[in-house]
Amino acid sequence: MKKYKADLHVHTVLSPCAEIEMLPPLIVSEAKIRGIDLIAITDHNASANISAVQKAALGSGITVLPGMELQTKEEVHVICLFDSIEQIVQFQNIVDQKLPPIKNRPEYFGEQLVVDDKGDFVRKEERLLITSTDLSINEAFNLVDEIGGIFIPAHVNRKANGLLEILGFVPVDIPILALEISRHISPKDVKIFYPQINSFEIIQNGDVHRLSEFIGTTIFEIENPSISEIKLAIRKEADRSYFVNSIT
Amino acid sequence: MINLATIIDKLELKVLTAEKDFSQISVKNGYTSDLLSCVMAGAPNQSIWVTLQAHNNIVAVAALLELSAIIITEGATPDPVTIHKANEEGITLLQTEQNSFHVVGMLWELGIRAEK
Repeated sequence: MKKYKADLHVHTVLSPCAEIEMLPPLIVSEAKIRGIDLIAITDHNASANISAVQKAALGSGITVLPGMELQTKEEVHVICLFDSIEQIVQFQNIVDQKLPPIKNRPEYFGEQLVVDDKGDFVRKEERLLITSTDLSINEAFNLVDEIGGIFIPAHVNRKANGLLEILGFVPVDIPILALEISRHISPKDVKIFYPQINSFEIIQNGDVHRLSEFIGTTIFEIENPSISEIKLAIRKEADRSYFVNSIT
Repeated sequence: MINLATIIDKLELKVLTAEKDFSQISVKNGYTSDLLSCVMAGAPNQSIWVTLQAHNNIVAVAALLELSAIIITEGATPDPVTIHKANEEGITLLQTEQNSFHVVGMLWELGIRAEK
């Protein structure tokens, strides 16, 4: 079994709230410096920069999983992770139909930029990405499951767009495998402050909007960096495992 | 004290759950929020809750707090599973196309107040 230091919630300049430094080559070099082996690119309701980051990561030893931070109808943020570009495209096509046709106002929300593997400008995304899709959390879970991805409610402890604030507790009618906590709380404190999630597996990600926000505290012990292996690790099956370190 | 039948009638609400004798259900107070964590902390028993949140979890919250009913606004529609669960729990789900501001204003005019 190999150990993968992971940060599965990373934004690029396609997310209006991300810093301009969140460009493919800089994301890869920063992850490399911090010894992070496994990242997922998760822009808000969007996926157009993933292949650029994957290309930038070629030869670096870093695996880049395709992902998305979906905003559900209830305004809950969820990270949806997949193995292949084909899967994220399939998911994106549905999300596109469920996204309201509101134009971005860069002066309020920030620019939404599609870039290439060098970080050079390709185009602007005109539609406002940081808004709710018309997919309920239950519908979104089922979609991600059908496509073969993993569905992890994001920063569940956060006031803004966190599942616990909005829905009070984890819905009992969808088999959610794991919850993500934000950088602002340790896994130990989560168990004290949020006893309602004690029975859930907890991972932690940086929700990286600027390079300094990589944390790499979640370590997976898996055979290879794939969704099926991550699922096994979260379930602690077949000798796979994971743990969350304290932020140093 | 005002009863639920009067509210359904005056606000022209659509009843999503099973019919019952709503005149026997009294409403003490009103409450509004779309964040379920706030509702759990703040909605008084036997109150009517106004929200545009239609997620399944609203039923459990209403049952936990023994609310009189939920008015779901702006035409938001709970799925059939949620309506079924509400019937099992004895929670009345009401629906309107009006927004929450309008509904709260109407309830206020009927004499319903927030808990003091």
